[in-house]
Amino acid sequence: MPILLSICFIAAVLAPLVHRLCPKYTGAKLLAAPLAMFVWLLTKLPEVGHGHSITQSFPWVRKLGLEVAFHLDGLSLLFAALISGIGILILLYTQGYFKGDPRQGRFLMFIIAFMASMLGVVLADHLLLVFIFWELTSFTSYLLIGFNHENPAARNAALQAMLVTVLGGLFLLGGMILLADAAGTWRLSEIITRGHEITQHKHYLAILILVCIGAFTKSAQFPFHFWLPNAMQAPTPASAYLHSSTMVKAGVYLLARLHPALGHTEEWTLILTTIGTVTFLLGAIMALGQHVLKRLLAYTTVSALGAMVMLLGVGTKYTIQALSVFILAHAFYKATLFMVAGGVTHETGGETSVDQLGGLRKAMPISFACAVLAGLSMGGFPPFFGFVAKETWIHAVWDFPYLVVATVIGGAAYVLVGFSTGLKPFIGKKPEGLHAHEVPLSMRIGPIVLGLGCLALAFACGPIGHHFVQPAASAVYAKDLEVHLHLWAGFNKYLVVSLVTLALGIGCYLLRPFFVKTAAALKPLAKFGPDAIYQFKLDATLRFAAWHTKKLQTGILRDYIRVTVVSAVALIGAAFWRAGGYQGWENLSPISPRVAIFGGLMIFATFATVRSKSRLRSILSLGVVGFCMALLFTFFGAPDLAMTQLVIETLTVILLALAFHHLPVFRHGSSKRTRTIDAVIAAAVGVAVTLLVLAALDVQTPTPVSDYYLEHSYKEAHGRNVVNVILVDFRALDTLGEITVLAIAALGAYALLKLRPKKEEAEK
Amino acid sequence: MEVVLAIVIGALYGGGLYLMMRRNLIQLIIGLGLLSHGANLLIFTAGGLRGDVAPILAEGATKFAVTPADPLPQALILTAIVISFAVTAFALVLFLRTYQTVGTDDVDEMKETDT
Amino acid sequence: MTSIIFRTATRYMFPPMLVFSAYVLLRGHHYPGGGFVGGLFAGSAFSLYALAFSVAEARHILRMDPRDVTAAGLAVALLSGLPPLFSRHAFLTGTWWALPLPSGATLDIGTPLIFDIGVYFVVFGVLLTFVFSLGEE
Repeated sequence: MPILLSICFIAAVLAPLVHRLCPKYTGAKLLAAPLAMFVWLLTKLPEVGHGHSITQSFPWVRKLGLEVAFHLDGLSLLFAALISGIGILILLYTQGYFKGDPRQGRFLMFIIAFMASMLGVVLADHLLLVFIFWELTSFTSYLLIGFNHENPAARNAALQAMLVTVLGGLFLLGGMILLADAAGTWRLSEIITRGHEITQHKHYLAILILVCIGAFTKSAQFPFHFWLPNAMQAPTPASAYLHSSTMVKAGVYLLARLHPALGHTEEWTLILTTIGTVTFLLGAIMALGQHVLKRLLAYTTVSALGAMVMLLGVGTKYTIQALSVFILAHAFYKATLFMVAGGVTHETGGETSVDQLGGLRKAMPISFACAVLAGLSMGGFPPFFGFVAKETWIHAVWDFPYLVVATVIGGAAYVLVGFSTGLKPFIGKKPEGLHAHEVPLSMRIGPIVLGLGCLALAFACGPIGHHFVQPAASAVYAKDLEVHLHLWAGFNKYLVVSLVTLALGIGCYLLRPFFVKTAAALKPLAKFGPDAIYQFKLDATLRFAAWHTKKLQTGILRDYIRVTVVSAVALIGAAFWRAGGYQGWENLSPISPRVAIFGGLMIFATFATVRSKSRLRSILSLGVVGFCMALLFTFFGAPDLAMTQLVIETLTVILLALAFHHLPVFRHGSSKRTRTIDAVIAAAVGVAVTLLVLAALDVQTPTPVSDYYLEHSYKEAHGRNVVNVILVDFRALDTLGEITVLAIAALGAYALLKLRPKKEEAEK
Repeated sequence: MEVVLAIVIGALYGGGLYLMMRRNLIQLIIGLGLLSHGANLLIFTAGGLRGDVAPILAEGATKFAVTPADPLPQALILTAIVISFAVTAFALVLFLRTYQTVGTDDVDEMKETDT
Repeated sequence: MTSIIFRTATRYMFPPMLVFSAYVLLRGHHYPGGGFVGGLFAGSAFSLYALAFSVAEARHILRMDPRDVTAAGLAVALLSGLPPLFSRHAFLTGTWWALPLPSGATLDIGTPLIFDIGVYFVVFGVLLTFVFSLGEE
């Protein structure tokens, strides 16, 4: 598994290169990576189908106990097969969609990188590894939504999706850490066997809520659903892949994966069922009023994700079975419809509104056929796989009357959307001036395979149920289930409900113009929706940032010094306050006369420097301070320092004298008030630093490192001058760094003085 | 002994910062100089004053008879003195160029980033 | 600044100052001194010369651009860290060789000394880069 995943990532990196070297059929060449993964998954099907699972791991950061661990069971197999299988078709589709576009290589890189990350999410067994891949999918999704980066709407949508999902990711990380703590392990395969301990744990509710927020943001659940329809700014291959069939299901996957650990409690059922049902209905109802092809599909995707969460929330063995079937059915029809919709828009020169499309059946017969297959499957008509899914679903929720009602309403909306996207563009009269022709072969393969799949799966639903659905559902339910799917289960009450839904849906479709009008009339209400709240918060954050930057960054040096210094003094003062003031007065050594004299001279010279009104006098008194420093160094056993200080002092005076030539005399005075405040602050600093120095003297290091230097200087480094030995031997690397800094400072000064723009030279 | 040095350090810090809060570029540089003196002396004093014996081994001896002054702060300060000289020199050059380009040596007027 | 006395004094002070700076550099391992102070002394000698005569004349007797001296010093310091790598020690570990002298005694040469020479030239070059650039303003 790690090898196959790495191949996918490598393919992503190579994509632009491959495209540059031989731009023809790039997608076809690169699909080797997902194909390898897909074939490998199929070979593991029998093993996993018998309830076995495969684990592979190797250590990563040993000290932290991190490992790269992968785990394949029924659930991950279902998802991984969908991701890699649809991935193959999407790569082909991309090749046609971006034909002749120089950006194709870049797009392929992003989408393959996404695919690899997504495979990582569903295959990883270590929680942190899941998190890393999870964030990678958010990141690649950002790149894909914002792919048309010259379009501001695309940039905003990308940022929005990123902010929402990454924010959710942070919650998820918190939840994961608590979860690992409660379970005592980071391995998912072990966590799911400890459901009893986790649900009894005192942090259970926190874990559940945090994980749910993470999953809900990713899977566009209410109230975080708004980013998904906006994400339709992405190029169609990305929409079809990320935002319908794979990435948005990561949240559902995670919840399903953790169901054995976190599920079977009242809280779980309450949160997931409520949010799921609300999202399901909201998405369905919002879809009714849309007319843009991709947005119609996006809202039903939101709705479908809600349905998945809802089914998972109920958590009986029938709903979990229905969930698995629905995931499969949804991936097939939704990806087909997206690809057809993209094809239609692509071939009609950018037409996106359903109402402006019609009569394309002659121009695009194959797309038409695929769209019909998928659209009917979406509506839940027999004999399509969507019908099988709906039957299983109604059967599963039969004991919950309000969920049955919700299903009927939502189902009707699906019929409407299925018709609008699958039929409407192709039948009826062709509007004037609409020219179109069939999409190229590479863009046909995907819809054909998946569209026919909607039909084929229905007829093969027995084996599909046994080999795909059963292992997945068993993994979610954590008990072995027997799944039997039937295309025709006989004439029973579920079928009646199903037929009622279809009838209602057809009715809705006929009333569609009314819904679109109502939606347009209700548009002003959008400013109270979550999208508007998001925008408001974002704007407020930016305004706050601008405001406090303006307040804090005045551009006046004095203000910065004041803020820094006053904070430092306050902190030092607080520390002394807590310690009850400085205690060590009696421990101080007696004062020798020479130190007192030169110390006093230094203080005097410092004041003279500060008070001086002329440049020369201040430089000279600064020099006096420096020479006194040198003397103090000799008093306390530091001849090296004294020597260096003396030379440096001389040089500083020379340098200042050279430069002051070019600088004016002191001519800017501050107001008396400013000077007084500054003097008070300066005095406070002086007192604080004095106390700090005295307090620092009381700090005793148990074994000072300098003892080692004194001990070993001559023995090992052949030097009697310990200071020099430290500089050139013990800590030579530090010295190397310091002389590098010196060299850079000199180069900087040289560049400032010597390298000037030509224009300025001319002006002189 | 420490008290004297501590007060000197306090005076250097206070004086240095006061000068850095003035409006003339030259005062800013001189303040920087005072401040670096203060910092060097602070490291020196905080390392502990252990008498006037230099950490230099006498000819022929292999061990220190008396515990000498701590060599580590000295090594730190030695480089710090040279570095602060380079900083002062660099600041000088920078201010000189700023003065020539912006046309003022009033620190309070240098508020905008794109003049 | 350019009085006769100052010029004459500088002319006579200049060579001893350079010799003294080399002396300070070489004795640094055992007595007060070393690359930093040595480099500063040598730099001061040239700075005085530049003040007394002119930067152009100081540049002339130096014959090299101080920036090149800086670069050379850095390179020497860096290279002095390489020999220990051959004996599987960490970069910049002090390594010593004993050279037999004709007189029968031995001279200990170590990488720390070479490193200190590198420091000497860096400090010297940096100082003169500052002084010359400012002096030419």
